[in-house]
Amino acid sequence: MGWTLNRDKCLKCGACVAVCPFAALELESFPENDLKKCTLCGTCEKVCPVSAIKVSK
Amino acid sequence: MILMAEEFDVIIVGAGPAGSCAAKKLAQQELSVAVYDRRAEMGCPKRCGEGLDKKVEQFIGTVPSRCIAQKIKGGRLYAPSGKHVDLTADYGGYVLERHSFDKWLAVEAAKAGAHVQTNTLIRKLIIENGFVKGVAGEFVGEPFEARAKLVISATGAESPLPRQAGLKTACALNLVDTCVQYEMANIDLRQSDWPDFIHVWIGNEIAPRGYAWVFPKGNTTANVGLGIVPGAVNPKVYLDRWIRSMPDIAKGSIVEVNAGAVPVGGMLKEMVADGFVVCGEAAHQVNPIHGGGIKEAIISGQLAADVIADCLKNGDVSKKALSKYNDLWWSARGNQMRNVEKLREVFEKISDKDLNELIDILKPEDIVEFSHGSKLSVLAGVLAKKPHLALLARHLL
Repeated sequence: MGWTLNRDKCLKCGACVAVCPFAALELESFPENDLKKCTLCGTCEKVCPVSAIKVSK
Repeated sequence: MILMAEEFDVIIVGAGPAGSCAAKKLAQQELSVAVYDRRAEMGCPKRCGEGLDKKVEQFIGTVPSRCIAQKIKGGRLYAPSGKHVDLTADYGGYVLERHSFDKWLAVEAAKAGAHVQTNTLIRKLIIENGFVKGVAGEFVGEPFEARAKLVISATGAESPLPRQAGLKTACALNLVDTCVQYEMANIDLRQSDWPDFIHVWIGNEIAPRGYAWVFPKGNTTANVGLGIVPGAVNPKVYLDRWIRSMPDIAKGSIVEVNAGAVPVGGMLKEMVADGFVVCGEAAHQVNPIHGGGIKEAIISGQLAADVIADCLKNGDVSKKALSKYNDLWWSARGNQMRNVEKLREVFEKISDKDLNELIDILKPEDIVEFSHGSKLSVLAGVLAKKPHLALLARHLL
């Protein structure tokens, strides 16, 4: 359950932030997810160019 | 000027092509302008194949040679069959060094009088009585604030700032291509003229909806990348597989890895709010068929600057007054980009077999026009002759 980012894979490109429908993600040094806004919809997981994000409901 | 508590006429967030071109134009009109960029070095890391057509020099002047990695005559388009056509235009183009190019544009803005500052991460708009009045964030990790009569967001698609001003800038998942690129050294395409062209491979097997690219930077170095519609498999998997199928590329070394999501449609209708304007990729102003955004960013930054200068002279930076920028951009670029988006919508429905046939039938000079959103009636005419593609022909018109 939840949202995880593999920081070893993440290229900090911001793709996940650009597509987040709920404005839950912001690009700090790495993308950071506001779990109060996140609905675990998985959009960020689908766009990530290197599959650094895993979402499970 | 560092960290001076000052009120500017205009603050621009993002020192990419849109931000720096807007800044230069505003500063030339005696307006006080600040440009803030989060990165330590402009243009780094790039999220871009670095291609640019030379016609853009009508907007920015001659690009200095230090910003140019490779001069090109045009594009070499490879059908799924492997057969290629050369798409050339008399104006030609460049593969840039983005770090030099972006820095050049920022220095041009600074020389015109704009106050440019890197390492400045803007997290929040300052909003008073509904109007954007400034920005807040950090400069080299220390709290930082600045005020202005108007703020431009030229930040790329991931910025939270437009949302704070009430604009809907999140990209729909189906309206971005997800991309990975390696800058590679010691490669060779075994064509003596290969550095004269940017190379593009299309096909649903290679890159669904997108393409694989090799943009040369000298005789043996290139940006090698691939973009696709987001799906079950990420673009790195496609890119690695494609490179393995190209032994003369696979033997090369990876000297840089880049990635990003590129808007391929959904250009914003509403790009202004009270005291606020959004430009460039942040407004999804990217060519939807090839994903090139530098030229669109430059044009939109300059158009926005003209409108903003007028609004400041009239003392009215309301959403209503600024909406002239919506109208100007849509008539100058948006309608054409919408045509290109229709082309992309058609392209993604065409099978590899049909792509092979179309590349045999279509004139190379017409394909160049299609990528600018022109002469689509010619393509529609060709598609209409094939019964199973007739519906797509209608979509283009």
